[in-house]
Amino acid sequence: MNFDFSDEQKQMRDEARKYLAEQCPPKAVREVLDGKVPYDKALWKGLAEMGFLGVAIPEKFGGAGAGHLELCVIAEEMGRALAPVPFSSTVYLAAEAILIAGSDMQKQKWLPKIASGDAIGTLALFEGKGNPSPKAVKVTANGGVLNGVKKPVADGAIADFAVVAARAGSSGRESDISLFIVDLKAGGVAVKSLTNIDLTRGQAEITFKDAKAEPLGAAGEGWSVITQVLDRAAVLMAFEQVGGADRALEMGRDYALDRIAFGRPIGSFQAVKHMLADMYVSATLARSNCYYGAWALSTNAGELPEAAAAARISATQAFQHCAKNNIQVHGGMGFTWEFDCHMYYRRANAVALGLGSLSYWEDALIDRMRKKNAA
Amino acid sequence: MNFDDTPQEAAFRAEAKAWIAANAPKQYEDELRKASLGRVQLKGANILEVAKAWQKKKADAGWACLHWPKEYGGRGSSPIERVIWQQEEGPFGRLSSMFIIGHGMCGPTMMAFAGEEQKRKYLPPLASGEKVWCQLFSEPAGGSDVAGLRTRAEKQGDEWVINGQKIWTSGAHYSDYGILLTRTDPNVAKHKGLTMFFLDMKSPGVEVRPIKQASGASDFNEVYFTDVRIPDSQRLGNVNDGWNVSLTTLMNERMSIGAGVATGFPELFDFCNSLMLEDGPAIENRAVRAKLANWAVKASGLKYTSMRAISALSRGERPGPENSIGKLVAGSMIQDVATYALDLQGAAGALNGPEDAEVAGKFQAMLLRAPGTRVEGGTDEIMRNIIAERVLGLPGDIRVDKDVPFNKIPTKGRA
Ligand SMILES: Cc1cc2nc3c(=O)[nH]c(=O)nc-3n(C[C@H](O)[C@H](O)[C@H](O)COP(=O)(O)OP(=O)(O)OC[C@H]3O[C@@H](n4cnc5c(N)ncnc54)[C@H](O)[C@@H]3O)c2cc1C
Repeated sequence: MNFDFSDEQKQMRDEARKYLAEQCPPKAVREVLDGKVPYDKALWKGLAEMGFLGVAIPEKFGGAGAGHLELCVIAEEMGRALAPVPFSSTVYLAAEAILIAGSDMQKQKWLPKIASGDAIGTLALFEGKGNPSPKAVKVTANGGVLNGVKKPVADGAIADFAVVAARAGSSGRESDISLFIVDLKAGGVAVKSLTNIDLTRGQAEITFKDAKAEPLGAAGEGWSVITQVLDRAAVLMAFEQVGGADRALEMGRDYALDRIAFGRPIGSFQAVKHMLADMYVSATLARSNCYYGAWALSTNAGELPEAAAAARISATQAFQHCAKNNIQVHGGMGFTWEFDCHMYYRRANAVALGLGSLSYWEDALIDRMRKKNAA
Repeated sequence: MNFDDTPQEAAFRAEAKAWIAANAPKQYEDELRKASLGRVQLKGANILEVAKAWQKKKADAGWACLHWPKEYGGRGSSPIERVIWQQEEGPFGRLSSMFIIGHGMCGPTMMAFAGEEQKRKYLPPLASGEKVWCQLFSEPAGGSDVAGLRTRAEKQGDEWVINGQKIWTSGAHYSDYGILLTRTDPNVAKHKGLTMFFLDMKSPGVEVRPIKQASGASDFNEVYFTDVRIPDSQRLGNVNDGWNVSLTTLMNERMSIGAGVATGFPELFDFCNSLMLEDGPAIENRAVRAKLANWAVKASGLKYTSMRAISALSRGERPGPENSIGKLVAGSMIQDVATYALDLQGAAGALNGPEDAEVAGKFQAMLLRAPGTRVEGGTDEIMRNIIAERVLGLPGDIRVDKDVPFNKIPTKGRA
């Protein structure tokens, strides 16, 4: 057994961490936070040049062909740095959907552009309140065109294309749902930016009016692909969350060592120490669940659905827990705009919702465990 | 990243599996499996005898104390082989509970500090379960603060004379030997005046009085020492260096990484799978599922944390303080899980007569044992201190008694 990343993968992590520390300091994140730019374009290009965008894309489609373990390593660093780029929407959602369901031609067309940073993609799934469910998909697909409204769509306002879940039948079953690729710059598509709790990553509303759509995967297989994409993205996003949790813990620890109150560093007060110890515990449990998810993802194991749900729940909890207590450790300072604590707090709470909220994954986990037990 | 055995590990596993299949006391398998947490009891059999017989059988065939050197009764196995053994031994491993302190703490301390002749004399019968050992550290005045202990050891010729009292000594009532931490100099700061010994529990002047626990069981004891004589040759480490010796013992506690700590989750999951509530199966209830999911990820998080630790061990890294989290997380989890399992049964959850014992009794046993788990081997608070100080590098607690001679330290909070 070797339940750890390899030395090469760890080296890649160091490289990514170093690169992001230089190219994506909090100052750069704040450019986006303050609304000056919708995302960090230079960073996006840089990530492409480093080979990070195509790390899990096969070489024949313009990627680095490394694999999903490597992508997990990068994801963690993106989360640590709060990178304000459409990485998760493009790489975990759009690229994975195409990898799973795309024809050779579609892969040839989109994956190299993703790897080179020339195309931003996203998944258009949600239509208002509620968790992922075939019933909630109302956008229709008919005669090669889509009609309806998707919201929220992560990075929708800056994306070049979207993988869209639409209703192509009326049987009331999962098999009504099919997937399509839509060029968001073409006619029949209207995009509107929405404000959201995480100011460093955009959300949008996309309206389709007879928008041309190209089928992705077999008709009626859409929901099964969506489920697979969400599972994979859940593992990858969980690594981002663990990266964020770790960084929030580190910030809290560092502040606790520096800040003096009552003549002592506040980190010598047990209430503060124990709060930080609990942050460490939740981050560690999440990291271990994530490693299991990474193993399942990279080997495409039958355990992936269960492992993904466990990683997702535990990483969501850890990031929220660490981000909120990081502010508490910082006291009033933590509540100011100038300190970075709120950026992690915002991100923690936004990513907790993006792929289906906790209640969705809790339900999924128990469902999957139960099926496995019955089998 | 993989879970695969290397060819060598696979061969070891096959050998262990075959031997266990041929030799384990299978008549108790079912009972041991069900007795998961709380208390292990065997109907119509003396558990101590069954456990000793199984341990002896293992020792004779070379499967006892796997990681110990062969000359002391072990097998010289790698850490990973030890884990493979634990996985294969499965429910029969529960029979080892009375040997844990001896094997996990006393043995390693003897190995580090006893003379060669003593090691060859005392360690093999400890490994084989013929002799049981206990750890005499805690006292009424020194639990978390071990160094606050007051049991005196005074040198008389070639012997030491011991007077005082220990408490919470697990298994003292069936132990043959014990390692004993004493105060040899009350005029210096508390950590600087301690000395460690090992002794025969049958020595004149040793009196063991069982304590009835909150759970109703009696697993631990008070131990009184009245003019007990220990030869100087049974001193472990230097005079007044007992604190360092005890740190070795406590450090070794962490080495006993298991293939998984008990959390109560599998029991709760099974229970919810079978329980019918007013509005249908419990497992289909949203609120139940949300609770289950939260505990599921804690249990899996602990499981994979221990696998990461085992991987590190097998690369030759030493187990660090980060391994403290297992007990910390599992202790309160068992408590919460058990509380919830009883809650789901409504008023009937409180019953535990023979006809109800299967379900309620099982979770009640967990509930009543859990407080002990959160205290023994370092309380939750001490575990958090360890993580904060040794993993995260935060400052140590302020120690007002650190440089004060022991006999000048106040002994009561309120005068
Ligand atoms: C089931 C069981 C088996 C045991 N077996 C053995 C054994 O075999 N041999 C042996 O030597 N001992 C044994 N012990 C004793 C055990 O190690 C002690 O009970 C434990 O270390 C706590 O000490 P205490 O009971 O004196 O509690 P105290 O130290 O009096 O603690 C009381 C409370 O104060 C808190 N506290 C104390 N110090 C601090 C601090 N610095 N910061 C924050 N909070 C603090 C504790 O967390 C706790 O909540 C056993 C205990 C149990 C429950």
